[in-house]
Amino acid sequence: MASFTEWIVGWVDWFVTWTFWDSYTGQGTIIVAQVLAVLAPLLLAVAYLTYAERKVIGAMQLRKGPNVVGWFGLLQPIADAAKLLFKETILPAGANRVIFVAAPMVTFILAMIGWAVVPFGEGLVVSDLNVGILYLFAISSLGVYGVIMSGWASNSKYPFLGALRSAAQMVSYEVSMGFVIITVLICVGSLNLTDIVLAQKKVWFAVPLLPMFVIFFISTLAETNRSPFDLPEGESEIVAGFFLEYSSMTFALFFLGEYASMLLMGAMTSILFLGGWLPPFDIAPFNWIPGPIWFFGKIAACMFVFLWVRATMPRYRYDQLMRLGWKVFLPFSLLWVVLTAGFLFAFDLVPNG
Amino acid sequence: MILQALAFYLFAFVAVASGVMVISSRNPVHSVLFLILAFFNGAGLFVLMGAEFLAMILVVVYVGAVAVLFLFVVMMLDINYVEMRKGFLQYLPVGGLIGLILLVELTFVVGAWVAAPAAGTVASIPIAPPEQVHNTRALGNVIYTDYIYLFQAAGLVLLVAMVGAIVLTLRQREGVRRQSIAGQIGRKRADSIELKDVPRGSGV
Repeated sequence: MASFTEWIVGWVDWFVTWTFWDSYTGQGTIIVAQVLAVLAPLLLAVAYLTYAERKVIGAMQLRKGPNVVGWFGLLQPIADAAKLLFKETILPAGANRVIFVAAPMVTFILAMIGWAVVPFGEGLVVSDLNVGILYLFAISSLGVYGVIMSGWASNSKYPFLGALRSAAQMVSYEVSMGFVIITVLICVGSLNLTDIVLAQKKVWFAVPLLPMFVIFFISTLAETNRSPFDLPEGESEIVAGFFLEYSSMTFALFFLGEYASMLLMGAMTSILFLGGWLPPFDIAPFNWIPGPIWFFGKIAACMFVFLWVRATMPRYRYDQLMRLGWKVFLPFSLLWVVLTAGFLFAFDLVPNG
Repeated sequence: MILQALAFYLFAFVAVASGVMVISSRNPVHSVLFLILAFFNGAGLFVLMGAEFLAMILVVVYVGAVAVLFLFVVMMLDINYVEMRKGFLQYLPVGGLIGLILLVELTFVVGAWVAAPAAGTVASIPIAPPEQVHNTRALGNVIYTDYIYLFQAAGLVLLVAMVGAIVLTLRQREGVRRQSIAGQIGRKRADSIELKDVPRGSGV
């Protein structure tokens, strides 16, 4: 038995110190493995987020939700995926083919590449960028292109209206999101996501920056086109909005991309305000649980509020949406940036990171 | 190093190629999309040079906001492409002249750089080497300390431009019913509901 253990240890040792890992191919293999380790669970999480959405909303409306396919309906997302795969892809006659097909890909890819900088634990990150939070902000602001391109390329009225609404909405709410991020950054003194989480060791930023947390959360709802800001889809007015003409896999890509970007926004909220992978208190029962579990739990909590909001709120009217973005959130977040900066300066708390 | 060189040539080639496509594609929406591709490759080049802050700001500001509005406008325009192409020969001399001037200026810049490599360092503020300071911090140190007045002046110019655009487009129309949120929320039950005891057989 001892020789067997030695044999295993020897192989593991050889495997870890293998010179292949230093070559270009080896480095490439490691990166691909890391990317797969993030994306495979992510896609599974997206599938079961749709299931969770239907179950949660079902429970809130005193229904059962999916309960036929598999135990408690657990295989429902798989059945849905299979159904979408085997449907026919329809390209409308008047559509601009290349952009029409490229748009869902853009949505999906953007939702995936944002996860490259998300730290799941200390050092558990694919790429520890110096400007991680700016990268996330850039990726989330690009999400609008999938919507605009699909709306325009469909060559149809309702998708076009949806695309225009989405463009105006996302650009508006990005501004206040930017100010919220700036507020967090002046409290941290670094753009690195790991530093942002570590700066919350004493207290999560959700406590001292509570109003900014609320604004950020509402802005993420608008940024992901979720209810009550789902005007780009607005099924009661413009049918399904920008993805009206899509079917089969192209539709599935939109769906996956949208839910993956919801998860990304949940991750961003947890990193900026809820202490990322840190436990609420650094004492015994809490710090037994490993960091990534805390992080997933926080994302799940954010997602639950997303679903809760969808089951509760009626959709905003368009002018009210614009008013909220430009006349309420923007001045308030700007004021709060000045207040925070002034407070940190007056009490000599400015971080030097 | 080989990978970096490959990435550089890839980014540079795609940037130039999409720049050509911006001015040569027939559909203006395609032009804007190629412009966005060019911005992306510019950001890639910035990352290769180690200026990751500038790269991200380029993507956030130009791709995430400016190009969206640009695309917005171009999609809404009702352009007759054939008519638009008509003036091509007419504008060719002016466009060519501007291009030539730009080319000459670029040659001067590169020429000065080759002829006197130290000239740039004399005029510029010393910036800490990238090994010691992140470029976000280095940039902030220069912009917000040594060049604060110029930076603020640039901001004011933009503010004036914004005010000008608003003045040009703002118009007051008569008879527009606006929502008064405070009025809606401040409404009391007594203001809006009145109970009347209506006698049988007669109206209110």
